[in-house]
Amino acid sequence: MFAPDRSKYPKMVDGKPAVDLDSEKYVKIWHGPQHPGITGNMSLELTLCGDEVVECKTHVGYLHRGFEKLMERRTWIQNFPVVCRIAVPEPAFNEYLYAAALEDLAGIEPPERAQWIRNLNLEMMRLASFMAWLGGQAGAFGQGTIGQWTITHRDYLLDLFEEMTGGRIYHMYMIPGGVRAGLPDGFEERLEAVLKRCEKLLYEIELVLLNNAVFKARAVGLGVIDKEMIDRYGITGPNQRACGIARDVRKDVPYLVYDQLDFEPITGTASDCYERTVVRYHEMHQCIDLCRQIVARMPKDGPFHQPLPNVLHWRIPPGETYVKAECTRGEKGYYVVSDGSQHPRRICIRGPSYTHAFPVMEKLAIGTDIADIAGLMVSLHTYPPEIER
Amino acid sequence: MPLKDVIAPFYVWKRAFEKPYTTAKPIEERPGAARYRGFHTNDLDLCIGCGTCETICQNEAIDMVRVPGIEAKAGDSGLRPMVDNGRCCWCALCVDICTTGSLRLTNEYIWVSTDPDAYRFIPGTNDNTWADKELGYRRDPGYRLLDYERQDMEMLAPEQGVQSFLEVVKGYSAEQARIEAERCVDCGLCVATCPAHMDIPDYIKAVRDGDFEAGLRLLYRTNPMPATCGRICTHRCEDVCSVGHMGDPVAIRWLKRYICDQVPESEYAGILQDQFPDNGRKVAIIGAGPGGLSAAYYLIKLGYAVTLYESHDKAGGMLRYGVPSYRLPYEQLDRDIDYILSLGATIHYNTRVGRDIELSELMEGFDAVFFSIGLTEPYGLGVEGEKHPRVLSGLQVLEDVTHDRDPGVGKRVAVIGGGNVAMDAARVSRRLGAEVTLLYRRRIEDMPADPEEIHEAQDEQIHFVTQAIPVRVEDGPSPQQVNILWGEAEMVADKAGGRPRPVLMEDKIHTETYDSIISAIGQGGDFGFLSDEHASQVEVKRGKVIANEYRQTGIPRLFVGGDVANSTADAISAIADGHQAAVGIDRFLSGQV
Repeated sequence: MFAPDRSKYPKMVDGKPAVDLDSEKYVKIWHGPQHPGITGNMSLELTLCGDEVVECKTHVGYLHRGFEKLMERRTWIQNFPVVCRIAVPEPAFNEYLYAAALEDLAGIEPPERAQWIRNLNLEMMRLASFMAWLGGQAGAFGQGTIGQWTITHRDYLLDLFEEMTGGRIYHMYMIPGGVRAGLPDGFEERLEAVLKRCEKLLYEIELVLLNNAVFKARAVGLGVIDKEMIDRYGITGPNQRACGIARDVRKDVPYLVYDQLDFEPITGTASDCYERTVVRYHEMHQCIDLCRQIVARMPKDGPFHQPLPNVLHWRIPPGETYVKAECTRGEKGYYVVSDGSQHPRRICIRGPSYTHAFPVMEKLAIGTDIADIAGLMVSLHTYPPEIER
Repeated sequence: MPLKDVIAPFYVWKRAFEKPYTTAKPIEERPGAARYRGFHTNDLDLCIGCGTCETICQNEAIDMVRVPGIEAKAGDSGLRPMVDNGRCCWCALCVDICTTGSLRLTNEYIWVSTDPDAYRFIPGTNDNTWADKELGYRRDPGYRLLDYERQDMEMLAPEQGVQSFLEVVKGYSAEQARIEAERCVDCGLCVATCPAHMDIPDYIKAVRDGDFEAGLRLLYRTNPMPATCGRICTHRCEDVCSVGHMGDPVAIRWLKRYICDQVPESEYAGILQDQFPDNGRKVAIIGAGPGGLSAAYYLIKLGYAVTLYESHDKAGGMLRYGVPSYRLPYEQLDRDIDYILSLGATIHYNTRVGRDIELSELMEGFDAVFFSIGLTEPYGLGVEGEKHPRVLSGLQVLEDVTHDRDPGVGKRVAVIGGGNVAMDAARVSRRLGAEVTLLYRRRIEDMPADPEEIHEAQDEQIHFVTQAIPVRVEDGPSPQQVNILWGEAEMVADKAGGRPRPVLMEDKIHTETYDSIISAIGQGGDFGFLSDEHASQVEVKRGKVIANEYRQTGIPRLFVGGDVANSTADAISAIADGHQAAVGIDRFLSGQV
């Protein structure tokens, strides 16, 4: 494991820092689970020496719903409305992966139009998820106004999801076999209008946030992830690309129709909080571009769902599969095992949040000012429900 | 620090002059999208209470409940879904799986009530404002969660079929049977409609699981003649199948047949392991048709010593002498009968009660008597010349074929009637090499015969002449021929609201010459075996014996079943009667009723 430089921190005894709280030199505080700077229902147990964090421990368990076990008790189709809850701000990736895993196991090939619609849905989802994150990133450094703007623009995207899927947050749209309906009439024009608004907002945010002396002063150099950490910790997504490694599941192992789309992974140079913000900022522009490419090239009619057998008795042939996708925060994978019955034998979900919120956060927090912990946490972009599945 | 980084953030001020994003609720309304998954609504008249919504709901938010004013009837459980909004997650799988399309979601999403129980509601019954809202989530026709298409049954080509008496229907393959069994939604509406209340979803599950032994045991619980019913049952279960509302009904009958086809007859005893304690009582059964055999089976299982009296030389009744072997091969019928008789029933063949033995002797010698004698007396055509020697009875033709005798129908045959006997007589005549015309008073859609039989008859080149009323039968040009005069009819709406009546048009009379005319316009029961004393106590109304729910007649120890007692006059009803009578006899003799 990685061994931090602990020369100025308490001695390690039996793998734990020997913090003598009675020395009145240290203070222990709980950051979360109700703290607005925490990305959801989790908490950090911080040991402080003055303003400086000397020890950080991530605690979860506030949101445990036992999804993986829950799904073993439900039929294949009954899990379809369950999976979207595994990452609340971006359910679509879960829906896609669950459907893709089942299609792989059952040998179902969704129609081409469904693939394009799914891809559009995922890129819109990525944009909406980044919108929520961007507000949080700015808000963590006290710039609440930007949060108001981005959450509103996310809502414009949710309006589109509502039209497209019937739900704003939990779309329940990508059902195994395809999607539940085609695009509504005139959707493309309304999407374009929202994309334009988002584009305008992003340029404004570039002025207000990325070119902000205060933001720069606090974010540059905060929580630096060096290249060596990437593979040792299993860091993926923008956190990893910000150090200059151009890994992206969309490009490396294309799924859906990504191989037909024109894009290059966006990379940075040194992965600190500021660089990660910039990479994500550019990825938002990339989402807008990908949405436009998809709308321009997707088939306008044709089947969007491959018929399933009666889902009440749907049995999937025995087998196992691992499917993965590039979600907003990195590589997300579903490992699904079927024993040939009406219920999954095992579903294991690997999201990027676990790595980013546990070992990476615990390492990066050391030496950080308590005031920057929220900004650091948000810049790693983690979702607790994904940890506690 | 670049100067831009200090100045640029002041751009935020520009927003102060822009319109706010917020919606001024409640001044402004913000309706849900056209596809929004909001509160439920249900078309209660369309809904059949199949409960698939309840089955698929992963939150268990739906319960099927009674609703005042909605009664259970054939094909409708009388129950309606009640949604608990405290559990519902608005995934709308209930809408997608709904077999009739009655359940859907509206785009309404605001509901304020101080009564927590209000959120458990029966969609469609409440006066919520959204009950009639058009917008909201519906299943798109381009996608489905149920399999609406029935597996095609392989059949003999009609031109091949008419060459022989080989069974027309070939039966499902293992793969076909499994796929067909998977189509079932386990709603159980079929169970309520089946006269014998067979455990249909359960034995379909046995097909899905490939557990034919369990399947056979389930079949025999309510029907001791499954191989027969798996071929010729009138399958009213399929008429009410909930999958049939938006697609083809599940082929319940073929799946029943499939189970029987998978189990060799020699293994029946080992699988069923019927046990019967001897209770020392004796029951006589008159008529070894489906009703009598069914009663015999269940009586034996209850411990009775059973003696059957059959007027023919073989058991089976109408199934043997009225159903041609291309629909029901004799070996399949024998398979059912042999198993029942192997349990220890005594059977006297060629023994007609009333001729060879008197009913009063049976009443003295046995604790109870059950009769299920069938409808054996064909109705006459009711026109002048109906006794002409070239006018044959449909039943007689079918019986002759069973006995391997030539019924002598000739080369040009007219069949009169629109029931199953008419279809069978016509198709048998085709197989004997005749050219067949079928005359029927009403329209094809009015025919009482099974639609499948009608289609198969048409495929076999039987010429249908509908709205044709026989007027007179005359001698033909030669002694082997006969003339029939028939008139065209027009359909007149019935003033009382019944089905339209055919009325003869006197000016449109046609004369045709045939080698024979087969009359198949129905048949009645022969109650000659009842002595005057018995007859006075057994009530017969419109040709049917009146009995109570245990099939008991006016004479307490005399029970009845089958075509002489029920209005549907089919095999499955006779089997159900036999079962009920067995239970009734047992309850009566053990003093429970």
